[in-house]
Amino acid sequence: MKTITVRYFASLREKMGRSEETIDMEGISCVAEVWSKVSHEPLPANTLVAVNQDYVSWRQPVCGGDEVAFFPPVTGG
Amino acid sequence: MLVRVQPSAFDPWREVLTYQEAQPGLAGKFGATTVFVGCLRDFNQGNAVAAMTLEHYPGMTEKHLERVCVEAGQRWEILDSLVIHRVGPLLPNDPIVLVAVWSAHRDAAFLACRYIIDELKTRAPFWKQERTPDGQRWVVPE
Repeated sequence: MKTITVRYFASLREKMGRSEETIDMEGISCVAEVWSKVSHEPLPANTLVAVNQDYVSWRQPVCGGDEVAFFPPVTGG
Repeated sequence: MLVRVQPSAFDPWREVLTYQEAQPGLAGKFGATTVFVGCLRDFNQGNAVAAMTLEHYPGMTEKHLERVCVEAGQRWEILDSLVIHRVGPLLPNDPIVLVAVWSAHRDAAFLACRYIIDELKTRAPFWKQERTPDGQRWVVPE
């Protein structure tokens, strides 16, 4: 069974109530579908997404073994 | 080039000197060093700040910081760069970030240092959570 690791950070991690989970890839071909699988709510505005630690768009395809991360705008420095 | 993300406190001025002295390729070659140090204020967006916690995305943060430093080296004639960034709990007055750039002439060092800190702020996955008199709040980019 192919799976995807999904990670959440900062305010989104608190909102989701978890920092990480593994989901089954079945029926999922892109980042937007990953979000639909982990939440019934629309994505919070300005949420950023990364696949395998690179920024991508919502339409980015995903494959088994990928790490997908959702997080709010960054505030380092 | 060195990028380091660490939970422990650091002295940015000492780090600049320690790094510089450990690079044999720099000796006698640089005429300019620019240093940016970002510290935690005890106020932000109208509120007193008692403390802050910095979260990051281990792996992705370092990867993007390194990429930004490489880009700076492609854009300007710099000799070396150093970035150190704190994570975890911090107190007002603590250094949060150090960016240092060495070059033969000042223009490249000034421009590359500015580029690295500006790109870090928009691309490196760090998140600040402040403790104010009203409680904890996540910092939102202005």
